[in-house]
Amino acid sequence: MEKMPKWADVLLVPLISLLLAGVLSALVILAIGESPGKALWIMIDGAMGSKYNWGYTLYYATNFIFTGLAVAVAFHARMFNIGGEGQAMLGGLGVALACTYIPWPHWSLAILGAGVASAAFGALWAVIPAWLQAKRGSHIVITTIMFNFIASALLNYLLVEVLKPKGSMEPATGKFPEATHLPNFHDMLAPLGISFSRGAPANVSFIIALLACVFVWLLIWRSRLGYEMRAFGHSEPAARYAGINPTKMIVISMTISGALAGMMALNNVMGEAERLVLNATEGAGFIGIAVALMGRNHPLGVVLAAILFGALYQGGAILAQDTDIPVQLVLVIQALVILFTGALDNMVRMPVEKFFLARRLGAAKAKKEA
Amino acid sequence: MTAPAIELRGISKAFGPVQANKDISLSVMPGTIHGIIGENGAGKSTLMSILYGFYKADSGVILINGKPTQIPDSQAAIRAGIGMVFQHFKLVENFTILENIVLGAEEGSLLRPSLAKARTELKRLSEEYELHVDPDALIEEIGVGMQQRVEILKALYRHADILILDEPTGVLTPAEADHLFRILANLRREGKTIILITHKLREIMDITETVSVMRRGQMTATVRTADTSPQELAELMVGRKVLLQVEKTAARPGAPVLEVENLRVVDEAGVERVKGVSFNVRAGEILGIAGVAGNGQSELLEVLGGMQHATGLLKVNGQSLDLSGLHSDGRTRRAHGVAHVPEDRQREGLIMEYSAWENAVFGYHHEQKYQKNMFLMDQAAIRADAEAKIERFDIRPPNANLSAKNFSGGNQQKIVVAREIERNPDLLLVGQPTRGVDIGAIEFIHKQIIALRDQGKAILLVSVELDEILSLSDRIAVMFDGRIMGERLPHETSPQELGLLMAGVVGKGEAA
Repeated sequence: MEKMPKWADVLLVPLISLLLAGVLSALVILAIGESPGKALWIMIDGAMGSKYNWGYTLYYATNFIFTGLAVAVAFHARMFNIGGEGQAMLGGLGVALACTYIPWPHWSLAILGAGVASAAFGALWAVIPAWLQAKRGSHIVITTIMFNFIASALLNYLLVEVLKPKGSMEPATGKFPEATHLPNFHDMLAPLGISFSRGAPANVSFIIALLACVFVWLLIWRSRLGYEMRAFGHSEPAARYAGINPTKMIVISMTISGALAGMMALNNVMGEAERLVLNATEGAGFIGIAVALMGRNHPLGVVLAAILFGALYQGGAILAQDTDIPVQLVLVIQALVILFTGALDNMVRMPVEKFFLARRLGAAKAKKEA
Repeated sequence: MTAPAIELRGISKAFGPVQANKDISLSVMPGTIHGIIGENGAGKSTLMSILYGFYKADSGVILINGKPTQIPDSQAAIRAGIGMVFQHFKLVENFTILENIVLGAEEGSLLRPSLAKARTELKRLSEEYELHVDPDALIEEIGVGMQQRVEILKALYRHADILILDEPTGVLTPAEADHLFRILANLRREGKTIILITHKLREIMDITETVSVMRRGQMTATVRTADTSPQELAELMVGRKVLLQVEKTAARPGAPVLEVENLRVVDEAGVERVKGVSFNVRAGEILGIAGVAGNGQSELLEVLGGMQHATGLLKVNGQSLDLSGLHSDGRTRRAHGVAHVPEDRQREGLIMEYSAWENAVFGYHHEQKYQKNMFLMDQAAIRADAEAKIERFDIRPPNANLSAKNFSGGNQQKIVVAREIERNPDLLLVGQPTRGVDIGAIEFIHKQIIALRDQGKAILLVSVELDEILSLSDRIAVMFDGRIMGERLPHETSPQELGLLMAGVVGKGEAA
């Protein structure tokens, strides 16, 4: 028997968490002498007030969908992939190499090539920790965190010493060729007669992200591989009983996870920056953990949570820009949301469960008396 | 007239729409042993949890020695003089016996005075009740029988006058169980009151004065043990006539299906668990492997089922199978006609979070008929398959969408048995087929196993229930400390003889 209706599990609990985070944030804003109402309005308006702002919100959301899916897929096999950040960095390297060194005739081919490259590089960065976990018992949480640092150092070296164009002062690759530039929402919607902000960075990789969601849904709940991955995640002895190879499950689930994280680079490196810069991921790999947690490791939940976090990012940026609220405080607000929706999920969930249980009990009693 | 040590009046407890306990009244006189029997899910555990303060009853009164008593938590239960010995011991493995006994009952923040006091008290208790233990032995180094004594001492150390034992003999050898019953008799003589929860009718008949039967949350009968019979109690438990004895004809064994030679298993810690066993199982016979839990039977079964690697020789239908674990696993075993009902259905046989239909093909999910294409599974085919099994094996509730965890133990086991038997395997490996399964389902599962044997299939049965081994097997092998101590025929042996073999005592003329 389920403890509460599905809608409460999926919608009510996150909403209450969000509300609590909002109340605490409001108190913090009050404490520094600003108006919480105004701040909230600026954030909402900044995130969704115009097509331009939406363009940014969805751009961030695209990053978070990829990294959120990465965490979700691994989690179904009970692997905690904390290395989305590093895998996305390596994905960026894959995109940069594919776009710089292969002369693509058209963006549609380039995105396929760069997609494969980013997925391969991200997967590579996840497979090493997976193999170490499966064969050597090195804990995947520790190794994936370590690999984030290695990725960061590796990219630092490559950008400064190898990939930087001659004469440039900046640790970044040169601009990718014109043929690899991805159409943004303005370019995509124009043929349909819809005008969209020209300057906003949301681009065609948002569609790729949604396709990835469909793929993940099919993989987890409709495919044999997903069946085996989930079985392994629930019980390793049962997996061994059924002849499911644990090593294979660890390696495959992490490969897919790393590939998804790597593909984030299609959005931020290929779609937005159109070159690879230092620290291009900006923490999106870590946000993916919160997104997966809030989205209950379901692709649809991941999309919704990613859009929420996208809005939070964009709204927060506008808040810092338009008010005297310092940017550090915006980080505090974002952190509060992550804390409440992610880490403190059970704090809200338990009372809600109790409430529904009590109500059902009351209903049963009333029925009996009638 | 003295007041009852424990009296319950009209106890009811519901979990959501499920009425776990319904208007239960019970009265146990001091200095007696009272048995409570009932199938799984009859509400025994709930009732005891209410007594021990884990749950709060929706209505009803608890009287201890005639006084109405509130028991909101286990501390209150201890204060009221109630001690509980759980089925799964709650001991700290790397603590000594003394430390475990003091744990939670320390006086003051310094440990030394508490331990010193406990040592004297423990000595007194040991002598008074013949509960001999070495206070300085580590829990992880002593056997289960001894661990159980520690649990009893823990309760006595906390001045318990009323002891509740939940399925205490589940993990014991017959000899250890006899020892436990002697201890219980001593406790009774000293005026302690004991409530014994069990599903073993024999134990009830042996030691209790009175017995209560629970069925579907209700107390259906309370009778004096002297005035009843196992048959009557079984009927009261199930609510209909049951066959306590398994009906079967003599086996007609054919060619060997399973041949095992010098099989050795070394576990991850480097300990040799199975120390070179050889045996075979022929078509149309049931070989029962008896033994106290932890003597290598589980490892043996896991190796045969492809879950663990080993050294030695394994042949199925004359064909050698790889034991190294490199080229053979559960999947290849199945391909060779080996089906496996594992010992622990919740950890191994089922994915508890999976629905019944997903579980109905677990282990066979890779077969071509369940695939739609290279990537996707054919869920419609799997569902149809599952629903047919639910129908044929009378699995209740007949809802394929329900998660495995929402079925009762007996029905969970039926899902596993249905899945494995329906494959029509040449060799069926069965581990603890009726552990935690109610009488009605036990009867059903036993019948299925015998029917498979009568179709000329080979069956290897591993069970710690001696009664089950004796009634199902055509031959019995006894394992002790990773070795087969001897083979017996069920009609030529006795529980006592098997019990001796299980304890490692070898009769004359037999090599270890």
